[in-house]
Amino acid sequence: MSEPLTPEAPAAPPPVLGYLRDREVHPPLDYPGYRSTALRHPRRRLKVLPHLLTEVTGPLLGEDRIGELDNDLTRQHDGEPQGQRIIVHGQVRDGDGAPVPHTLIEIWQANAGGRYRHTGDNWPSPLDPNFTGVGRTLTDDQGRYRFTTIRPGAYPWRNHDNAWRPAHIHFSLFGRAFTQRLVTQMYFPGDPLFFQDPMWNSIPDPDARERLVARFDYGSTEEEWALAYEWDIVLRGRESTVFEDEIALEDDDE
Amino acid sequence: MTAPTTPSQTVGPYLHIGLPWPDGPFAAAEGSPGGVWIRGVLTDGAGAPIGDGLVETWQADPDGRFDHPDDPRGAVARPGFRGFGRCPTDAEGRFAVYTLKPGPVPSHLGLQAPHIDVSVFARGMLNRTVTRIYFPDEPEANAADPVLGSIASEAARATLVAEPAEDGYRFDIRLQGEGETVFFNI
Ligand SMILES: [Fe+2]
Repeated sequence: MSEPLTPEAPAAPPPVLGYLRDREVHPPLDYPGYRSTALRHPRRRLKVLPHLLTEVTGPLLGEDRIGELDNDLTRQHDGEPQGQRIIVHGQVRDGDGAPVPHTLIEIWQANAGGRYRHTGDNWPSPLDPNFTGVGRTLTDDQGRYRFTTIRPGAYPWRNHDNAWRPAHIHFSLFGRAFTQRLVTQMYFPGDPLFFQDPMWNSIPDPDARERLVARFDYGSTEEEWALAYEWDIVLRGRESTVFEDEIALEDDDE
Repeated sequence: MTAPTTPSQTVGPYLHIGLPWPDGPFAAAEGSPGGVWIRGVLTDGAGAPIGDGLVETWQADPDGRFDHPDDPRGAVARPGFRGFGRCPTDAEGRFAVYTLKPGPVPSHLGLQAPHIDVSVFARGMLNRTVTRIYFPDEPEANAADPVLGSIASEAARATLVAEPAEDGYRFDIRLQGEGETVFFNI
């Protein structure tokens, strides 16, 4: 049983520690280079939301979300998929350097030829009957994760003339709080397609773009089996003190 | 010293292969006493439905508590209640989450009216957008809510309040243009 709530009107509780705001790291919602943003970004300025209990908590999803072979995308069918087998591993940390343990990671990707197993993807590259391209895992108690998959191919799209997406794996992370939720993409080092990719270029700071690129990890390759890439993910860290300017809500900016 | 964070990227057009779960829409177990459907349509700046989006919800339980160690009142697990819902939009832009109406949630800014935090993901969105659902049957709590109260325009405030519906509530999300939903910098 939980503690009963005080029956009389309780005094307002002290503030909870929020998470550090990092909006400048992320791409803007309105980015003309990516044409589909035109009708899909709010025009009204975003309203500052203080981090209250709903924002500093979040779903702590567990083992019940994970199947036995969910972290090995090469073993989900009777046969093996085509392509270069790779290990993708790394650590999820927060901005303070603390590991984020037992947190759900979901990934999805194209096959070796750059084709997704999705009804909307019809470009003339074959599907692979032995590759679905979907994985899930939980980080361990040190925030570490590990997938076995195949290296996805680049694929064309219609955003601009001769547009190609650099090879990438889509990642979805929860962290431990609603504020930490992150959906992003992992890229491969030295991809020659970055220069023309609006997703890549939409990230304002070039150093921040590089944080989406995995490191080729020769030390973790498995002899006569798989190459390896290491990619660490950093989620927002927690405030160490309650910032004065967040105790009160910002004035309305309309 | 704070390490810089990993930037967001769009979910892209193929999120439907990776993110939906069979039980995703059920923030509360099907058939829970007091269970309600929150249904809505996600539309773009031309008023067209967004058929390749994903809506996620996170909320307190009916007592205003969370099953989470960072709730200073202590984590409270409620069997059959996950508090988290996830629903891809269909070709008509429709989504639906089955849940229990949350209770009011305390804060240092005053008692918050029952609310649900919402994330919206879609192709064409380089980052999620975040909004909140409030309830039409809570006019007094809504009037005293510190977050709603910080929004000066009544019309803008109204975009955050669901409408009553036969089996629960209706909450449409308009990403842009007329009746644009209020979105938050989180
Ligand atoms: Fe993709």
